[in-house]
Amino acid sequence: MLGYAFRRLLTTIPVLWIAITACFFILRLAPGGPFDGERPLPAAVKANLAAYYGLDDPLLVQYFSYLGGVLRGDLGPSFTTADFSVAEQIAIGLPYTLIIGSLAFVLAVVLGVLAGVLGALYRDRVADWAIAALILLGLVLPNFLIAPILQLVFGLTLDWLPVGGWGGGALTHLVMPVTVLALPHIARISRLMRGALIEVMNGQFIRTATAKGLSRATVIRRHALKPALTPVVSYLGPAAGYLLTGSIVVETIFGLPGIGRYFINAALNRDYGMVLGTVVFYMVLIVILNLLVDLLYAWLDPKVRT
Amino acid sequence: MSAEAGYDDPDTRPLDSARSTRGRDAWRRFRRNRAAMTGLVLLCLILLAACIGPFFTPFDNETPDWSAFRAPPSLEGGHWFGTDQNGRDLLARTLQGTRVSLAVAAVATLVAVMIGVVFGAIAGYVGGRLDQAMMRFVDVLYALPYILFVILLMVIFGRNVYLLFAAIGCLEWLTMARIVRGQTLSLRQREFIEAARAAGLSSTAIVRRHIVPNLVGPVVIYAALTVPEIVATESFLSYLGFGVQEPLTSLGTLIAEGTDVFEVLPWLLWFPAAFLVTLLLSLLFIGDGLRDAFDTRGRG
Repeated sequence: MLGYAFRRLLTTIPVLWIAITACFFILRLAPGGPFDGERPLPAAVKANLAAYYGLDDPLLVQYFSYLGGVLRGDLGPSFTTADFSVAEQIAIGLPYTLIIGSLAFVLAVVLGVLAGVLGALYRDRVADWAIAALILLGLVLPNFLIAPILQLVFGLTLDWLPVGGWGGGALTHLVMPVTVLALPHIARISRLMRGALIEVMNGQFIRTATAKGLSRATVIRRHALKPALTPVVSYLGPAAGYLLTGSIVVETIFGLPGIGRYFINAALNRDYGMVLGTVVFYMVLIVILNLLVDLLYAWLDPKVRT
Repeated sequence: MSAEAGYDDPDTRPLDSARSTRGRDAWRRFRRNRAAMTGLVLLCLILLAACIGPFFTPFDNETPDWSAFRAPPSLEGGHWFGTDQNGRDLLARTLQGTRVSLAVAAVATLVAVMIGVVFGAIAGYVGGRLDQAMMRFVDVLYALPYILFVILLMVIFGRNVYLLFAAIGCLEWLTMARIVRGQTLSLRQREFIEAARAAGLSSTAIVRRHIVPNLVGPVVIYAALTVPEIVATESFLSYLGFGVQEPLTSLGTLIAEGTDVFEVLPWLLWFPAAFLVTLLLSLLFIGDGLRDAFDTRGRG
């Protein structure tokens, strides 16, 4: 297990390196600099700005100093907010993103697995069809469509929940964003779970367990559930990534102060330093989450470790 | 029912029956799938509406109607879907937006299929070190959230429709490459490939004439499953403001604009939303139907 973890850790290093390099050079290819505003700056001012941010160094020098900065946790300066570095802004936004992200993750796993098990047990009966219909809605309705509908129904018409804002992290403020964020993943996880459980229930060892007189509930809990969970676990890595990118939309719609909003604002304002910093941060986070999920997977399924 | 009719059923018909081709069987199974057929009909209707519709609407998508700002939908006024804050006809704009979404889906899928098939077929056919290297490369890209790359590209090169097409296509080919590689690996062991090699065909010719045609089934299935994903990705990007620019629009852009005002002008959200959801649903049903039709293992 330790050896596997070490090897898996080694493979993430080139992944991260390629990601950071690609992002860096794509952004440096950008036509025009970050200081080409509506009003042209005097050449001397521009040269000073470029010198201050190190933009007049040769590209390779910039690249290596950026790479060195990333290793030290320094993501460079933001070009529009002079008072906060990129890392500082991310540190401000991160807790909000992590809170709604992890809540949505837990909700998606719990509800997804539950719905999948129910669908498999009541296969081709009313409950299964009802769950399948709901899942289809979750798959087809994009989050930027569900969110305003929920806001309209629960926020304005029924007046049960606040339409947006952080509200000091009150639960009522979290319900809608977390639900919207989790919904597509509830759908995907329950689909995977249903399929896997149906397949596992056809296995010989389940017949043996039933034959030796165990009740259906015990068979499922003690024998069927664990092997049926493997496809769900392998989906969790990508899901963590989707949750992070999905939270960009959710944070924008519900007015939450997470990194997603910093990222979108930076992208729309062409703050290249901030865009690069947030993308690099997202990549690192997602690669690390993938690594954790893979390790969990290896722990569940010993065959993977070789 | 005559005995003749029994032969039409692909499950019971003897294997050696004449005129039986994989494609025809698949089509027969597809036709019996009610959800998939409904999806196909809906998709055709949307396609027709998006392509021919604009010739029949009395208004175009750019010109404001100075007598009708924020007009609610009505049949008498001529604005069936109503108008927006600038007096532009929503029906015309929705149809135009649907066309953009469909075009993105078609072009991006094509790009993804081409890159994926070529990449996967080469990796699978050549095998060995090259295969290892190519697949590691795919793994690396797989681990990265590609949507961020698309946003990055859109930030840099401006909101260019053609770039959007290419960017989405260039990033959606990974799964296709994996599927094609796996399929090629198993095809390579088969006798007819060996026969072709023994007959002196070059590797390029074998790949082109024998491998690629045999990949059609899985490629079609996976391409069909990719299309709704691409439509959703495009509307997601447009929603965030990285998609097409005025006066052109897309379903995602329309939904984003509708969301801002949907308390007072709800129709600006509902109509584009209905189009997008119908489109996604029908594409999803078609994709599932194709998978079930071609993949005979999972049935029963």
